[in-house]
Amino acid sequence: MRFTAAHQSLAFSRRMMLVSGAQLALGGLLVGRLGYLSISQNEYYRLQAEDNRVQLLIVPPRRGWIVDRKGKAIAINRSDFRIDLIPEQVEDPKRTLQVLAQLLELGPDEVDRIIREMKAARGYKPVQVAENVPYERYAAVTVRLPELPGVQPMRGFSRFYPAGPAVGHLVGYVGSASAEEYEKEKNPLLITPGFKIGKEGLEEVLEPRLRGTPGGQRVELTARGKLVRELEPKPDRSGNTVQLSIDAELQEFAARRLGEESGSCVILDCMTGDVLAMVSMPAYDPNSFSDGIGRTEWKLLSEDPRRPLLNKVLNSLYPPGSTIKPMNSLALQAAGIDPDESIHCPGGYRLGNRFFRCLGRHGSVNMRRAIAKSCNTYFYAMGNRIGYDRIAPFARQLGLGQKFDLPVVSQSYGTVPDSAWKARRFKDNPRLIERPDWTASDTLNASIGQGWLILNPLQLAVMAGRIASGRNIEPNLLGVHGKPAPLLGLPPEHLEATRGGMWEVVNGDGTAGASRLPLDGIEMCGKTGTAQVRKIVGSQRGQSGDWRYRDHGLFVFFAPFVNPRYAGAVVIEHGLGGARAAAPVAKDVLTFLYDREKAMASLGALEQQWGGTLAERNARRTQAVEAAAAAALRSA
Amino acid sequence: MISSAIIPQPLAKLPWRLIFLVAGIAGIGIITLYSAAGGAAQPWAMKQGLIILVCMTAAIGMSWIREETIKQLVFPAYAAIVLMLIAVEALGFVGKGAQRWLDLGFIRLQPSEFMKPCIVLVLARFYELLPTGSIRQWRAIWPAALMIGVPWALILVQPDLGTATMVLLSGLTVMFLAGVPMWLFLGGGAVLAAALPIVYSMMHEYQRKRVLIFLDPESDPLGAGYHITQSKIAIGSGGIWGKGYLQGSQSHLDYLPEGHTDFVFATMVEEWGLIGGVLLIVAFAMVVRWGMSVASNARSRFAQLSAAGLTVTIFFYVTINLMMVMGLAPVVGVPLPLVSFGGSAVMTIMICLGILMALERQQRTRTSLS
Repeated sequence: MRFTAAHQSLAFSRRMMLVSGAQLALGGLLVGRLGYLSISQNEYYRLQAEDNRVQLLIVPPRRGWIVDRKGKAIAINRSDFRIDLIPEQVEDPKRTLQVLAQLLELGPDEVDRIIREMKAARGYKPVQVAENVPYERYAAVTVRLPELPGVQPMRGFSRFYPAGPAVGHLVGYVGSASAEEYEKEKNPLLITPGFKIGKEGLEEVLEPRLRGTPGGQRVELTARGKLVRELEPKPDRSGNTVQLSIDAELQEFAARRLGEESGSCVILDCMTGDVLAMVSMPAYDPNSFSDGIGRTEWKLLSEDPRRPLLNKVLNSLYPPGSTIKPMNSLALQAAGIDPDESIHCPGGYRLGNRFFRCLGRHGSVNMRRAIAKSCNTYFYAMGNRIGYDRIAPFARQLGLGQKFDLPVVSQSYGTVPDSAWKARRFKDNPRLIERPDWTASDTLNASIGQGWLILNPLQLAVMAGRIASGRNIEPNLLGVHGKPAPLLGLPPEHLEATRGGMWEVVNGDGTAGASRLPLDGIEMCGKTGTAQVRKIVGSQRGQSGDWRYRDHGLFVFFAPFVNPRYAGAVVIEHGLGGARAAAPVAKDVLTFLYDREKAMASLGALEQQWGGTLAERNARRTQAVEAAAAAALRSA
Repeated sequence: MISSAIIPQPLAKLPWRLIFLVAGIAGIGIITLYSAAGGAAQPWAMKQGLIILVCMTAAIGMSWIREETIKQLVFPAYAAIVLMLIAVEALGFVGKGAQRWLDLGFIRLQPSEFMKPCIVLVLARFYELLPTGSIRQWRAIWPAALMIGVPWALILVQPDLGTATMVLLSGLTVMFLAGVPMWLFLGGGAVLAAALPIVYSMMHEYQRKRVLIFLDPESDPLGAGYHITQSKIAIGSGGIWGKGYLQGSQSHLDYLPEGHTDFVFATMVEEWGLIGGVLLIVAFAMVVRWGMSVASNARSRFAQLSAAGLTVTIFFYVTINLMMVMGLAPVVGVPLPLVSFGGSAVMTIMICLGILMALERQQRTRTSLS
């Protein structure tokens, strides 16, 4: 077939129609696509555009203060200088870092961290270069700002604890949020440079109240991170101030008075349960944690045999020793034993073929004298007469073995044993306990605060407070309470007899006669205790030898004798005895509550022996740590 | 085509409908460029207005050129442009860098830009000279393929994938309209579709990555997919009515790259919304329809094929850009004619329109004569 001009013209029109059709189809596709993007995807892209345009610069809130019952500062914020970097604005990262490292004396570790964070940073998010910069270095950076675009000198805030180690275990410390903490909360505030969260103690537990609400500076930015304008700012709201029941001055005095000992001291208001002091020593300095603790310091702290990282008030458990004898005496009276009934003490108590020793030969002792002289024989005999299952409920009623409702990270609450407990324990783990039934020797051991009985110092203080006031006090750490706690419902004459025994311990010819208060008309009552650290071997009674194996010294107390106000407990680890190590501390701390000058004078004398005040010794220790850290760095 | 006693004949005989359309499109472009500069006539809007004015005047001047003159010029022009392409390649080789233009001292010439209308004209002329009966023969195909292939390859290695693609597509369309057997196109399409997976398997890792990013730009929002992602954000966030003139955050805050050149459509739609975008597309569609009608009404084979081919060139220019901007095609660097800032595209389009107007004028005059 020949292809003619007519054919050609026909073919052209046909193909023109095809091309026009294709054009129409493509045009339709374009309009459809445009409609799809701007109608059905509009919401999504609008959000994306907004995300591009507006960035929120978080303004971290100032952390709430922690103040004591009189409004005195325990934890505050001190303004400091910091240097941040906005990676997007840095023109020559290598040179900028070089200059900064030289001006701020940054170590290679720090420079590595900054480089890492700069790589990860997106948009306008600043990266911290250094915080707590001394003013001279800060000024050195400031004057060179024109040649360091993207470097942001800032005024920031760092947490400051005026009392330092004295409040370490009580308030804990703050630090930058870890990756896990950020994962858990997903709050961008946590990764804002300079922002700290509570890491331990009250700082951790009270985090929601102390944190406050971050402010936001909404800014419009260009793609290159240049600020176009600031949009309406949202002011930050500082965290709330939290008032503690603590008396900061008392707390600090108690901490200083504990000196170089490893121990703890709790003072309660025995009417309301307000915790006035809660000290565990030695303690870390929370200030050095809030600046970021060094490896060397951490190592020193964690290897110290006196365990400065452990809060001994809540997390150390001790056999209470004789300190629970006043509690026993209440149980005995409730079981119908006349406090005037006397028992003969020949220096011990025979149970079957075993002889349980007393500390001396006390002759004929009634309840008062048994407490005053800490006669084991009396409590062996009487305890055995009524059985420990009638004592244990009293122990619990007075707070022993109890977990209190406190804003703390953890409490170890120990054990108040009885027959049911022992049977349960045997069932759970027969290897630890020989037999499931409660024996008379179990009763005897528990009656003098040994054996299964194991408690923390706060419980001892609560016990002393409940005996002192006869009220069911619960320890409070927050706020100041005026209303006395409800009565326990114990017969006043029972309490009278027990308190009388405790009066005699200090003010009669009792075990703590050396620790009478040097005050007119105010008498301290108490009970000493000595807890064995290991089994008595031969004549070795834990009274000498290696520090680690010496007996703990304990003392529970209240004052004054008439209308008691204060109660507490002091535990000195490996202090040899309650009368020798713990009672004098209690004496001075109570003296401080009534006569500061007198107390400070006796403390001054002691601190001279120890080589300076707590603050001085702490400063020296910090210096030593820094020297050690520098040495470690040099050798590395 | 306005008939009035007051207006002089030569003026009245201009295709005013087209001129108004083109002026409208260019006006939208200038307004958008004013906004893209952050609300300033400098550095783009003013200059663009000047370019349009000059080129438009030139195009109207071209409308008096006679078809015979064009026919005579076609082959020499084609040869000259191919030579210039070779010259560019040689200069680039000497200068050790990619080069697309020739610097003649007073003007920079981008020969590949001239090739777009020229390939259409030269093929139209070729098919006009080809005896009618030969269209289904081998000799209807290989010279055309060669005429397309040589400049295509030269432009591709510059490298300028966008222009090369447009030259190829315009040329193929002319071949298609000239009546080259259908099986060639269907078969070619089938072979291409079959070859794609093989080509993909032969690609380098980085090339595959580019393909994948084109298919899913969000997978690499900061890298190679950045342009498309930001452009889609600009278009999508405009919604139906747009954010308002001078209110586009994507372009004003520099999130949209090339917001005054290749991605000017995104800049415009962000502020004018779907309404503005559709309006612009419809305006372009009307220009294309006008061109296609010129082709349909053409008397000579050369006029038919070149009118259709030039119109298709304009169509591809617009379509490839819009597809690219809306994420339907890879980013190949094709500007939106008359709207994007820059002289080259305007010049090309005006050459196309000038010749189209010339062809249209001669249709009319002949009609009135017969």
